[in-house]
Amino acid sequence: MTKEEFTKMKQELEAEYLAIFKKTVAMHEVFLCRVAAHPVLRKDLNFHVFLEYNQDLSVRGKNKKEKLEDFFKNVVKSADGVLVGGVKDVDDFFEHEKTFLLEYHNRVKDASAKCDRMIRSHKSASDDINRIASSLYTLGTQDSTDLCKFFLKVSELFEKTRKIEARVAADEDLKLADLLKYYLRESQAAKDLLYRRSRALVDYENANKALDKARAKNRDVLQAETSQQLSCHKFEKISESAKQELIDFKTRRVSAFRKNLVELAELELKHAKGNLQLLQSCVGILKGNT
Amino acid sequence: MQTASLEQLEEEEAKDSFDVDVAVTNPEKVGDGMNAYVAYKVSTRTSLSMFSNKTFSVRRRFSDFLGLYEKLSVKQSHHGCIIPPPPEKSVVGMTKVKVGMDDPSSVEFVERRRAALERYIQRVVSHPLLLQDSDVREFLEKEDLPRAVSTQTLSGAGFLKMINRASDAVNKMTIKMNESDTWFEDKFQEVENEEQQLRKLHAMVDSLVNHRKELCGNTAVFAKSMAMLGNSEDNTALSRALSQLAEVEDKLEHLHQEQAASDFFIFSELLADYIRLLASVRGCFDQRMRAWQRWQEAQSSLQKKREVEAKLLWANKPDKLQQAKEEITEWESRVTQYERDFDKIGMTVRKEVLRFEKEKAKEFKSQIIKYLEAMLQSQQRLIKIWEAFLPEAKAIA
Repeated sequence: MTKEEFTKMKQELEAEYLAIFKKTVAMHEVFLCRVAAHPVLRKDLNFHVFLEYNQDLSVRGKNKKEKLEDFFKNVVKSADGVLVGGVKDVDDFFEHEKTFLLEYHNRVKDASAKCDRMIRSHKSASDDINRIASSLYTLGTQDSTDLCKFFLKVSELFEKTRKIEARVAADEDLKLADLLKYYLRESQAAKDLLYRRSRALVDYENANKALDKARAKNRDVLQAETSQQLSCHKFEKISESAKQELIDFKTRRVSAFRKNLVELAELELKHAKGNLQLLQSCVGILKGNT
Repeated sequence: MQTASLEQLEEEEAKDSFDVDVAVTNPEKVGDGMNAYVAYKVSTRTSLSMFSNKTFSVRRRFSDFLGLYEKLSVKQSHHGCIIPPPPEKSVVGMTKVKVGMDDPSSVEFVERRRAALERYIQRVVSHPLLLQDSDVREFLEKEDLPRAVSTQTLSGAGFLKMINRASDAVNKMTIKMNESDTWFEDKFQEVENEEQQLRKLHAMVDSLVNHRKELCGNTAVFAKSMAMLGNSEDNTALSRALSQLAEVEDKLEHLHQEQAASDFFIFSELLADYIRLLASVRGCFDQRMRAWQRWQEAQSSLQKKREVEAKLLWANKPDKLQQAKEEITEWESRVTQYERDFDKIGMTVRKEVLRFEKEKAKEFKSQIIKYLEAMLQSQQRLIKIWEAFLPEAKAIA
C-alpha cells in the first residue's frame, strides 16, 4: 500500500469511528436524561452511584445462566401476554392505548428495518464513489496532458463529495434510523407496561372470584379478603402510574420526533448546499479550462 | 520519421472540419414474435455536396449498422484506420424486446441501444476518411438496404476475437521489428494501459449504478412504510409531518432514479465506448505490424530468388535464367510497394492516433462535465425538497 492509500484508509477509519462514537454518545445521553427526568427513577440509589462514583464501576455482564433465565422469562412472558391480552378492558383509555400501541409498534418496526436497508445502500454507493475517485486519480497520473489534469481535478471533486455523502448517510443513521429503533424499543416497553397492568387486572379479577367462592363456602374469608384488597390496590396503583407514563410517552415521542426531524432536515440541507458549492466551483473551473 | 512531418500532421488535423449531423431516433418494433426487430430512424442534416439532399432520413435496423462496420473493416482497416466499433449484440435484450417493448427493462435496453447506435454513426461520419466511403453514404441515404448477412462474427465476443486474432498473428512473429522511432512502441503500451484502467473504472461505475438502483428501491419501500407510520400516529401535527416525510422520500426516490440513469447513460456508456475504441486502436497498430511483416517476407522471397539466379548462373541454364530474372524484377517491385505501404500505414496510424486522442479528450471532458452538471441539478432539487420539509418538521407540537 502506498503512503497516500494508507493515509486515506486511516482517515476513513477515523471518520467511521467518529460516526459510531457520535451515535453511541447520543443514545447514552437520551437514556440518562430520561432516567433523571423520571419522578421515581431519579431517586434510585443505583442511578446516584452511577452519576457520582468517580472510580471504575466494574459492572459484570450477564453470565450464561442469567442469559438463559432471561430467555425463559421472555418465553413465559410472551405466552402469558397472549392469554392476558385477550381480555377486553373496561377502561376506554387503556383499550385505545392497547390497539394503538400494537399497530404503532408493528409499523415502527417495519419502518426501522427499511430505513436501515436504505441507509446501507446509501453507504455502498458512497464507497463506490470513493473507488471511482481513486481510479480517476490513477488515470490522471499517467501523463501530464490536459485530459490527465482534468481527471485529477474530477478525482479531487469526487473525493470531497463522497466525504459529504458519507456524512449524509451517517446523519440519516443518527437522526432517523436511531430514532425509529429507539421508538421500536420504547413502544415495546409501553406494551410490556400494558401487559403488566393486564396481568394485575386478571389477578384482581381472580382474587374477586376467589373471595366470592370463599364467602359462599364460608371458609378462609379473611385470607381471601386480604389478598383481594392487595390485588385491588396493586391494580389501581399500576393503572394510575401507567396512565401517566403513557401520556408522558406520547409527549416525549412527539418532541423527540420533532427534534430529530428538524435536525435531520437541517443537516441534509447543510450537506446538500456543501455539495452544490463544490460541484459549482469545480464545473466552473473545468468549463473555464476547456 | 522526422518530427517535422509530425507537426505537419497536427496542422492538417486542425484544418479538418465537418458538416454532417446524424441522429438516431424513433425506435419502432416491426413484425411479431421471434422474427420481430426494431427499426430506427436515421436522420441526416448536411451541407456537403456529395449528398443528394440537405436533410433526409431512412429506417435502419441493428444488423444494418453491424453490416456497415463489417464493410468498413474489410475496406479500410489495412490502411491503418481506426474504425469505430458498433455496440454489442445482446440475445437476452433482444428476446425481451421481441416479446414486448413495454416493460421498463426493455425500454431501458432499447434506449441504451439507440443512444449507442447514434454515437457509433456520429463517430463514423466525423472521420474524414470514412465519410468519403460509398458504403457510409449508401447507409445514410439509400431507401432500402440489402439485408446484412454474416454479422454473426460481429457480436461483442466476435468483435474482440477478430481484434485478438490480429494480435496473435503479430505475437507469433519471430523477427522483432527494429523501430527507428519508439513512438509506436510507446504509444501501443500507453493504449494497452489505458484500456486496462478504463476497464477497472467501468466496473466501478457499474457497481455505483447498481447500488443507486438498489437505493432507489429501498427508498420507495421506506417511503411507503413511513406513510403507514404516519397513519398510525395519533398526534395530528406529527402524523402530518410523517406523511410529509414519506412524500420527501418518494421525491428522493425519483431523484436517485435520475441520478442512476445519468451514472449509466453518461458515464458508464462513455467508458464502455472507449474500451471498445481502444481495442480498435490496438487493431490498427497490429495492421501496421502485418504490413511490416509482408514487407519483410517479400524481402526474404526476393533474397531467395536472387540465390536461385546465382545458382542458375553457375549451372549455366540460360532459359531458366530468363524466368528467374523476370521473377526477381517482379519481387523487387513488390518489395518497393510493400515498403511504401508500410511507410504509408505508419503515417496514417500516427495521424489517426492524434485525431483519436483529440476526440477522446474532447468527448471525455464534455461528457464528464455533463455528468457533473446533472449531479449539480440533483443537489439543487434536493435542497428544494428539504427546504419545503423543514417548516413542516418545525410545526410539530
